Amino acid sequence: MVGQRLLRPAAQLLRSSPSALPRCSFQKVSAPAAASRWRTYATPSGTKEMTVRDALNEAMAEEMEKNDKVFVLGEEVAQYNGAYKVTKGLLDRFGEKRVIDSPITESGFAGLTVGAALAGLHPVCEFMTFNFAMQAIDQIINSAAKTHYMSGGIQPCNITFRGPNGFASGVGAQHSQDYSAWYGSIPGLKVVAPYSAEDAKGLLKAAIRDPNPVCVLENELLYGLSFPMSVEAQSDDFVIPFGKAKIERPGKDITIVTLSRCVGQSLVAAEILKSKYGVEAEVINLRSIKPLDVEAIVKSVKKTGHMMAVESGFPSFGVGAEIIALTAEYAFDYLDAPPIRVTGAEVPTPYAQKLEEMAFPSEQLIADYAAKLLKV
Amino acid sequence: MSDHVTRVVLTVRSVHFPGAVNSKFTSSLSFSRASEDDAMPTYRILDQEGRIIDQSQAPPDISTDLLLKMYKDMVTVSIMDIIMFDAQRQGRISFYMVSAGEEGIAVGSASSLTNRDPMFAQYRETGIFQYRGFTPADFMAQLFATKDDPIKGRSMPVHYGSHKHNIHAISSTLATQIPHAAGAAYAVKLQDMQNPTDERRVVACYFGEGAASEGDFHAALNIAATRSCPVLFICRNNGFAISTPTLEQYRGDGIASRGVGYGIDTIRVDGNDILAVREVTRRARELALKDGCRPVLIEAMSYRVSHHSTSDDSFAYRAKVEVEDWKRRDNPITRLRKYMESQGLWDESKEKELRSEARKQILEAYRKAEKEKHPAVANMMTDVYESVTEEQREQMEKLKKLVERYPDEYDLSGYEGGSSGLKLPGVRVG
Repeated sequence: MVGQRLLRPAAQLLRSSPSALPRCSFQKVSAPAAASRWRTYATPSGTKEMTVRDALNEAMAEEMEKNDKVFVLGEEVAQYNGAYKVTKGLLDRFGEKRVIDSPITESGFAGLTVGAALAGLHPVCEFMTFNFAMQAIDQIINSAAKTHYMSGGIQPCNITFRGPNGFASGVGAQHSQDYSAWYGSIPGLKVVAPYSAEDAKGLLKAAIRDPNPVCVLENELLYGLSFPMSVEAQSDDFVIPFGKAKIERPGKDITIVTLSRCVGQSLVAAEILKSKYGVEAEVINLRSIKPLDVEAIVKSVKKTGHMMAVESGFPSFGVGAEIIALTAEYAFDYLDAPPIRVTGAEVPTPYAQKLEEMAFPSEQLIADYAAKLLKV
Repeated sequence: MSDHVTRVVLTVRSVHFPGAVNSKFTSSLSFSRASEDDAMPTYRILDQEGRIIDQSQAPPDISTDLLLKMYKDMVTVSIMDIIMFDAQRQGRISFYMVSAGEEGIAVGSASSLTNRDPMFAQYRETGIFQYRGFTPADFMAQLFATKDDPIKGRSMPVHYGSHKHNIHAISSTLATQIPHAAGAAYAVKLQDMQNPTDERRVVACYFGEGAASEGDFHAALNIAATRSCPVLFICRNNGFAISTPTLEQYRGDGIASRGVGYGIDTIRVDGNDILAVREVTRRARELALKDGCRPVLIEAMSYRVSHHSTSDDSFAYRAKVEVEDWKRRDNPITRLRKYMESQGLWDESKEKELRSEARKQILEAYRKAEKEKHPAVANMMTDVYESVTEEQREQMEKLKKLVERYPDEYDLSGYEGGSSGLKLPGVRVG
């Protein structure tokens, strides 16, 4: 264990809770409910505050309780409770046969879990971050995504790959990359990116139950944020169907289509737009990247006539590019202005704080571009 | 040296570093290295002439029927290989790979496993399919991608797979099956714990010595050892990875030495001696299920008599005479034949009959499959996901309209159901 920690200095840094990190430029963002993020008591309406981390944990615990084919495997998921504490308490509850620490070998344990899925189990394969899953991408794409098809439909591969993805804070280029577009382009895979605690629980549970291989792209900076959980979402039967986006904020002037942590940023940007320009932005949280809810986008664009895609990946061939292409294909006639995208910069993520800030969308930047698009 | 000093030295003679609990201290500095002199021995029962080497040991415990089946299976595969290699040369199929020289490893190891033991193959193990009951028609359905192909014409030739025979579909990407096998072994172990009345299973995993250079090999062995997975890693060391000879593939004592390095019970066996392969696999299977389960590595030595595949001409990198020498010197088929002849179980007339019968059956299946229709066109889109997606339905509808509008441009008569095969299955529930 000591060796593992020494070998991954950056991951070690990431382990401390986000609020303990000295750089806070990214933490101030996100959940409008963030004011009450440390409270977890129930309100009279029955809603409860819950962190994304706890929601993911609850999702896995409930699914493991329900189905003994489900098990969790990854680096440090058992004894250490997970690099980001997402698997906390699962070892004590389900034992070492179902919560398994792996040696440091992404291709190996991803391959092992794919093999277990091909043999009929329902593994949850945790990557310490999706950046490290690059070592295992052949197993995810060539084996997990294609085997059902190539075997003539006789070998389902019910596996969930999960872990933090996308921008993190202060950990440089090799720990802050967004893989949504990579996995989103593969037939045979399903890909989801939760934003809130409800998203996290409902999408992860759906992923574990789904008979296909699913990548659950979480975000490290969201783990510690609290969100309200409705009574419905607190139930152990709560799942969110794939391919259905959520309108996080209704509006009539511009459609902002976004995902993962950028949802929170876009919501803040929408408030800026309202207070500064009196503009009502509609913010769509995609939730699911593959399948993608084209209908929700088209419906919104019909109403607003303006479309902006916001994501943290690199600009070329990205999720934003796909959303704009689909909008052009299905809703071109409803557009009053050319659609635009706000994305991460076309550079490997820099380490220096100020440079890093400039490499990703900020709330102000999103608001400014929306204002420019609307000519207000 | 005073008594006091001696005692101190004695008490700290062995170390307890967490990473090497029983390592002893030494004051002599030397680097360890495997040399050719201490190479792991190669186990065999029969010599090249098919004679039992150690007469003092009990003769192989094997029924005459099984012995004959093993021989027939090897011969059948070798005949099919010749026919299908030529079929590729004639342009009837796109690709083929033969197992010449290595039939004994596949058939011999399969004979020591139960039919419920899941198998993961690389691509040069046609013998395991033959042993588990693939008929010539089954092989031809896959090779010609006919409507009877259980994998629906989606994979290259020789990438067989069969749920019925518990053999997983073959993956072209090298060595990915090795961690899969470790994972399947873990699953099998859990399943067998949950159903204690069922006969316990192991997983068999085949790969070549070239694939053992891939990271997946190392990851899989390490993880199988640390998680105590009941898996038999069966390495076919045939001397070549396409054109790369073993001398350039690795230093050290073959693949076997790596098993030892990972703390895995390991044995090296003469792959041309099918009885030795069978015995080694039988004992390895017992070992894998002992106590809390464990992996076992078998390095089966052989020589790749054939070209790597139909895309390769091996005489560009090795002398034809070398290959001819090997063919003459040693071969799993001739060795078993010599043994059976010495036991009075086989003779020239039986040999002729077997060969002509096998050839006849294969050619019959070949001709039939060649004329057979391909899978229905809808199979292009099904099984990408467990259920057909809405987008796929829309695309299939569009395709159908297009085909119906331009029937002369799209001749679907070669596909099962013709244009009515452009229909996706109904929405599945659950």
